[in-house]
Amino acid sequence: MLDIRKRTGWIFFSAMLAQILLVSAQVQTKTGVRALNAVTFEVFSRVEYGTASFVKGGQGFWGNYIGLRGVKAENDALRRRVAELEVQLQQEHALAARSQRLQALMDLKSQATVPMLAAEVIAGNPDPVMRTITIDRGSADGVQPDMAVIAPGGVVGRIIGPVAQHAARVQLLIDRNAAAGALTDRTRAGGMVVGAEANPPLRMELVSNLADVKPGDLVVASGVDGIYPKGYSIGRVEHAERGSGLYLTLQVRPGVDFSSLEEVLVVLTPARPATPDEAIK
Amino acid sequence: MKTAVVLLAIVASLALQTTLSGILAGGAIAVNLVLVAVVYLALSYGAVTGLLAGMIGGLAQDALAGGIVGIGGMTKTLIGFFVGVLGSQFNLSTTVPRLVMFVAATVVHQVVFEGLHAMIGGQPFVMQLSATLIQALANGLIGIVAFFVVEQGPGTLQRRRMQRSSLSKRRF
Repeated sequence: MLDIRKRTGWIFFSAMLAQILLVSAQVQTKTGVRALNAVTFEVFSRVEYGTASFVKGGQGFWGNYIGLRGVKAENDALRRRVAELEVQLQQEHALAARSQRLQALMDLKSQATVPMLAAEVIAGNPDPVMRTITIDRGSADGVQPDMAVIAPGGVVGRIIGPVAQHAARVQLLIDRNAAAGALTDRTRAGGMVVGAEANPPLRMELVSNLADVKPGDLVVASGVDGIYPKGYSIGRVEHAERGSGLYLTLQVRPGVDFSSLEEVLVVLTPARPATPDEAIK
Repeated sequence: MKTAVVLLAIVASLALQTTLSGILAGGAIAVNLVLVAVVYLALSYGAVTGLLAGMIGGLAQDALAGGIVGIGGMTKTLIGFFVGVLGSQFNLSTTVPRLVMFVAATVVHQVVFEGLHAMIGGQPFVMQLSATLIQALANGLIGIVAFFVVEQGPGTLQRRRMQRSSLSKRRF
């Protein structure tokens, strides 16, 4: 017994479809295109449209949802990369700054008439009361106690013992136990610069009330102490007033930023006691 | 066997149609023997045979006529299928229903055929109702005769032979 709804129906529709295609292959549309081509193109264009929409939707779904996992990972990687680059940039800035400092140091060294040794600061104050630093040069490099340490900004301090083979401790000029013979560059008024627990951290003592000293005057090493080479900058007078006794009260702003010392020069000339003439001068 | 009968019927109807068309045509009045064969086969063997016969006969007619191949095939496929379906659903074993079926199939065939021509060929739909009805009646008559000949012919001959043989036995 035939199942008309299945077999016959399929055969019927197949036969009709085949003949529709046959007729379409022979008939042209108003535009001159064969109907089969037109219908095929129309049908396939819909199929292509559907396929394209599906693919586009899939791409959108992938790009907007599934791909976000990759975006998150990429975002994390980029964040790490940005952090690395920021660190690298800071390193580059530090390197550039260090290069500038070293250049200044080299300039200073080339201008100096005394032999100098570049050193790097490797440690700071071990005691908050003491103003000292540690450098990476020691006795193996010819460093000895009481050698002066300077920087492009001016006098830093002096080597204090004991000196290790590859390290040495430097007493900063701003230490309250430190002192250096000094004079004003403009009027040559002599005195002594000492460290002070104040702001500014240097004080110039033993300058006569009769001396012409004004704020802004440059204070340089006088060399009478036999440690610091003569003529090197110490700082500028920030405040000057007449004292109650024979001497002026002078506050000096150091030329060196002691809070950011990284490279210094050690003056390799051994310290010598001041001669009577120098002391008189 | 059925396939052979179908092919024979189609070929015969086509041959008769092409041979007798000059005699029977007379202008608009023309029988469609292929359509008669398709309806006959659909009523006799069912929808599948009807639609296949309609497709083959229609395509052959289209090919011989030189027009758009497929229009007649689609029309006769449609006719063969629905006549076969109706034949399996209703009792069409008597003369009048068969005649109605032949007439209706012819009218529907003409409507569909002219409609497809108008649609595909871009021509206005033209259908002469009187000529269509006459053709439908002619097809119906031929179909009824065909059924009668096929169904009654062999039985009548057999009965005549049996009657002759019985009479001869009585006499002798």
